[in-house]
Amino acid sequence: MAFEGISSKLQSIFKKLTGKGRLSEKEVRESMREIKLALLEADVNFRVVKDFVKTVEERAIGADVLESLTPGQMIIKIVNEELTSLMGSTNTKLEFGSKKPAVILMAGLQGAGKTTMCGKLAALIKKQYGKNVLLCACDIYRPAAIDQLKVVGAKVETPVFEKGTQKPEKTVVEAIEYAKSHFMDVVIVDTAGRLHIDGDMMEELQRVRDACQPSEILLVIDAMTGQDAVNAAKAFDETVPLTGVIITKLDGDTRGGAALSVRAVTGKPIKFAGTGEKLTDIEVFHPDRMASRILGMGDVLTLIEKAEKAFDEQKAKELERKMRTDAFTLDDFLDQMEQMKDMGSMEELMGMIPGMSGKLGNLTVDEKAMGRTKAIIQAMTPKERTNPDILNASRRRRIARGSGTQIQDVNRLINQFEQSRKLMKQLSGGKLGKKMKKRGGFPFKF
Amino acid sequence: MEKKKSWFSRLKEGLTKTNSWFAGLFGSERINEEFYEELEEALILADMGMETAEKLLDQLRERVKREKLTARDEAKEALIQLIAESLQHETGFLADNGPCAVLIVGVNGVGKTTTIGKIAHLYKEQGRSPMIAAADTFRAAAAEQLGEWAQRSGCPMVRHQEGADPAAVVFDAIASSRAKGCDLLLIDTAGRLHNKKNLMNELSKIRRVIAREMPDTPCEVLLVLDATTGQNATAQAKAFMEVCDLTGVVLTKLDGTAKGGVTVQIHDTLHVPVRFIGVGEGIDDLQRFNAEEFSKALL
Repeated sequence: MAFEGISSKLQSIFKKLTGKGRLSEKEVRESMREIKLALLEADVNFRVVKDFVKTVEERAIGADVLESLTPGQMIIKIVNEELTSLMGSTNTKLEFGSKKPAVILMAGLQGAGKTTMCGKLAALIKKQYGKNVLLCACDIYRPAAIDQLKVVGAKVETPVFEKGTQKPEKTVVEAIEYAKSHFMDVVIVDTAGRLHIDGDMMEELQRVRDACQPSEILLVIDAMTGQDAVNAAKAFDETVPLTGVIITKLDGDTRGGAALSVRAVTGKPIKFAGTGEKLTDIEVFHPDRMASRILGMGDVLTLIEKAEKAFDEQKAKELERKMRTDAFTLDDFLDQMEQMKDMGSMEELMGMIPGMSGKLGNLTVDEKAMGRTKAIIQAMTPKERTNPDILNASRRRRIARGSGTQIQDVNRLINQFEQSRKLMKQLSGGKLGKKMKKRGGFPFKF
Repeated sequence: MEKKKSWFSRLKEGLTKTNSWFAGLFGSERINEEFYEELEEALILADMGMETAEKLLDQLRERVKREKLTARDEAKEALIQLIAESLQHETGFLADNGPCAVLIVGVNGVGKTTTIGKIAHLYKEQGRSPMIAAADTFRAAAAEQLGEWAQRSGCPMVRHQEGADPAAVVFDAIASSRAKGCDLLLIDTAGRLHNKKNLMNELSKIRRVIAREMPDTPCEVLLVLDATTGQNATAQAKAFMEVCDLTGVVLTKLDGTAKGGVTVQIHDTLHVPVRFIGVGEGIDDLQRFNAEEFSKALL
């Protein structure tokens, strides 16, 4: 798995660097090669990668490693922050302008998924904005393209305006007239797929644009596109200045580096993503999620962030001291559990880990069990909590009754606690964050 | 023939336009590290992938050393040769030898239907009698689109209703091609992302039907790849290989600025050759793959 690839490689580079400290120049340089490889494998454009790596390198050298993060995680954090800022902020509002009907022009290469996206967008506009939509068929070249739009239109209950193989710049004008006289709010114009170096076809696109004066010109681009994405995006943007981008086929397993490339060269926001063949499979585009997908790390970053927030430093230091002095009590145990809860539900957390989400079916984390544990500890007296050794059979019976559990549950908890205390003693010295993970608080590795 | 030339020169043109720095790259200047770096960049920009690019360049360094090459254009020639060699395939395309079934597969929007139309035309021109099976029963108006191509190429076509079982279409098409004495069965399938398990299973069912109903007829399974596709193409090829024994690749949309370099990687890892390239929307815009010309265009 890609995630394991990059994070374990980063991990091995930073192995020598333990505990806190600064990111050294040599280690940063070494890790940049891995980052570069990961980005290129994700199809981010070579030149975009070059610039990006330079920026990250400058920021990373000499940066302080945050408490509770390993240096490898720190690098990932910086990379992610830079990626996210490059991807831009969420911008999914559709611009309808002041004219009625508003026109949305769809453009792109062949096979990017324009016609399907027209249908999805029509359904979305109807549902979210409560506007009625007219689809306009302007692909007069590909066989049966108009038929396809008609079928799609029927599925989303949207009328389709078509004039056969009449020149598209004429058809759009008539479509707008039709929309006006039928009091319709939005016209979505489906155009033929075209190569960005096809001069005649690009001129046609310009003529269509001039004829319909769209409030949105959206470039539809396939998420699987490779290095060439920048050339296409740049050419379209230069011919008809785009207002946004829609990325399709994101339900595949591609890392989708094209999204980053397109964003970097055009500076235009990616507004929506197509995530399936059904006409409801359209999603708002999340730049931050895309950033981590490109790096192939699932939402492991979210995990880092959550961990950072939940384990506040004060408590962590206190806990560390206790571990060293063997004063770790059941109260601390409870405390720690509460902190884990703050991080979100276990299932949600597991789902964020690449490779885990699919396997969760038979590996559900029992949140109820955590609830039971809490009840048991709370049924103890303060004295019992600080000194579990005094828990004899009679006390245990009382606790079981008081917490509504079985005596076996109480026994199991005490055993677990003893074991973790032992483990902690062995591990004392070194960094806290790591121990917590190894102790079983985190069932996963970085 | 005219077209062939124009495609090649257009590729070259596009390249000199976008990469003007590249023109000065291959002079008789000496070979140094910077030169290799620039080569690597060119290969990566052609979607070859960093690892394949590095592997090729290692081989080039070796050859440069062994053959004591000093000039940059000599080294470039050597690299072209290396790529072309890595793309050579020992066996020919089975449909050229006699009766054959050709199953066309691929992800959405790569140009499967158009490719079928062009292949039908190509073999019809050669005096063969192809039959087309419209086994894309999912996408809106897919059969209408294919019907248009069948008409243009003058080949019979078997189709069912939208939503029908594609394996049933194939079954009927096989029976029909026998009855009509057709010697080439071209099967169009719905575009499917290779990580959709159910759709991939559907494909393996189609493949089984062909094997069962035409046990003595060779079958080519061609993956249609969009030249603009990046590194994901290898994942696609692997996944399709698993369910339906891929035997070849058709590289489409090479008339753009994309180079389709990922096919080098695919041939390297899966040993699947490129058979045809698509270079336009016209019915004649399909060519046999030529490893040398392709490699030249990559650089």
